[in-house]
Amino acid sequence: MRRVATVAKVVVLTAWLLITLFPLYWIVVTSLKPKPEIFSVPLKYWPGTVTFEHYADLFSFADFGAYLLNSLMVSLVAAGSVTAIGVLGGYTLARFAFPGRGVLMLAFLVTQMIPLFIALGPLYLLMSDLDLLNRLAGLMLVYVAMLVPFATIIMRGFYERVPVALEEAAQVDGASRLVAMVRVVIPVMLPGIAATFIFAFVQCWNELFLAITFIDSEDAKTIPVAMNSFITQYDIDWGSMAAATVVSVVPTLVLFAAIRRYIVEGLTAGAVKG
Amino acid sequence: MRTFSVRRARFIALCLLPGVVFVALFTYYPVIRGAVMAFQRYNLFDLTSTPFVGLENFRAVLGEDRFWTALRNTGTWVAVSLFFQFFLGFGLALLLRRHFRGRGLYQAWVFFPWAMSGFLIGLLWRWMFNGQFGVINDLLLKTGIIDQRIGFLATPGWAMTSVIVANVWYGVTFFAIMIMAALQSVPKELYEAASVDGASRLRQFWHVTLPHIRPTLALIVLLRIIWILNFPDLIYSMTGGGPAGSTDIITTFLIQQVIGGDYGRAGAVGLLILGLLLSFSVFYLNATRFEKAR
Repeated sequence: MRRVATVAKVVVLTAWLLITLFPLYWIVVTSLKPKPEIFSVPLKYWPGTVTFEHYADLFSFADFGAYLLNSLMVSLVAAGSVTAIGVLGGYTLARFAFPGRGVLMLAFLVTQMIPLFIALGPLYLLMSDLDLLNRLAGLMLVYVAMLVPFATIIMRGFYERVPVALEEAAQVDGASRLVAMVRVVIPVMLPGIAATFIFAFVQCWNELFLAITFIDSEDAKTIPVAMNSFITQYDIDWGSMAAATVVSVVPTLVLFAAIRRYIVEGLTAGAVKG
Repeated sequence: MRTFSVRRARFIALCLLPGVVFVALFTYYPVIRGAVMAFQRYNLFDLTSTPFVGLENFRAVLGEDRFWTALRNTGTWVAVSLFFQFFLGFGLALLLRRHFRGRGLYQAWVFFPWAMSGFLIGLLWRWMFNGQFGVINDLLLKTGIIDQRIGFLATPGWAMTSVIVANVWYGVTFFAIMIMAALQSVPKELYEAASVDGASRLRQFWHVTLPHIRPTLALIVLLRIIWILNFPDLIYSMTGGGPAGSTDIITTFLIQQVIGGDYGRAGAVGLLILGLLLSFSVFYLNATRFEKAR
């Protein structure tokens, strides 16, 4: 009986693993097939001839290198800024009682719940007024705003786990509050800070609706914007699409694998949008 | 927590300022402006006059068949996705509850859809559900479940099924993670006491585990409902709301209004969604509290 249960468990877990991984496998296989093979039946579950032509096309016909660079710039700057803001804001929320603290926390949490798409139109007008349409700087600003609540809430959680005594000891030794924070607390929290940065980076890297609202000039496109223009064409070139998917998803897979534990924590703390 | 002084107040203010400014300027300001626009005639292509028109936008939206279709679809999309995500996720959590060799690695692999955006997931499944060259048609043909290819994304009934399948695939892990965390919060002593009393595993689950994690579950489910409702990305790239609006949900409908440049109507839809969410949350929280009190 025990044996049967174990076997059943292994079978179910394996089945779910296959179901989870198959779409990823399939997009990789598609990206490696020559075009005629993609569009022919019966389907081949392994490419007859492996080709990298779709990847080459991305970088020659479509200006994918430039899009990659744009995405990288926006994500790095926005994630870096939002992490810094979270480090500061989270500290005060974790360490001080002050009037308005509860309201502020609530105001941050609410942004994680309400349908922010209502802000999409007005944001477009705001960006237009600030002359930030079609500019990476505009995206950076909006992404920082989008991620501040998450970064602040999750940082607060990390600080709360660092004993106050650690800082007080440093302060007794004559260090100011800020110095104590930088020298003593932050080193302890470095893994959490890195995780926050990575999570924010991936969110910016993947963001679609704000980007397609603000950007339509070639030289400011991020990867999702470029891919979105692939699908609005009449016929989708699935070879290039598959290759683009693989190129854009591989960095995030690697990064997410590194911080899985922290995402789980963030999820259970309610800071991460699911 | 320590006492309050001017220096400390300045420090606090400085630390919080950047975050507050960003959120106020780029989140709350546009949200409020969007809410105000709901009562204005505000079309991107005619900004010469943007008069206040009372409830005209709401009347226009509520008079549109597409809105009601989207609303019905939202119900299906949320309820069916949630049902399967919850039960499959619960099952997975129970299987992963006890430590076994390779569990960490397993979780890492199963976790991977989380690194993908809804947009990319939609594309992935759009390709797999393709009517001619899609692998799902191929597998179903091979196993003899169907004998003719189905145009999944081109047939109204099938299109909704397809986007829900993709959404379930994506969301099971979330529930598995959350429920595992909840299960781990049940004190071991409770189980020990129960097994001393001779309770079977099933009875333990029913009488110890479930009551203990029920409040957490109720909250997870509520958050999830809100998120699924606010998650148009997958539908956007998989079907674009089509065919003939059959996979439109209320948030894809809202985005279409924005893309169409009618910010007045977009604001009205946004406020309707907000009202719906709020009243549902209040109703839901009352209902689950009632359950607990009983």
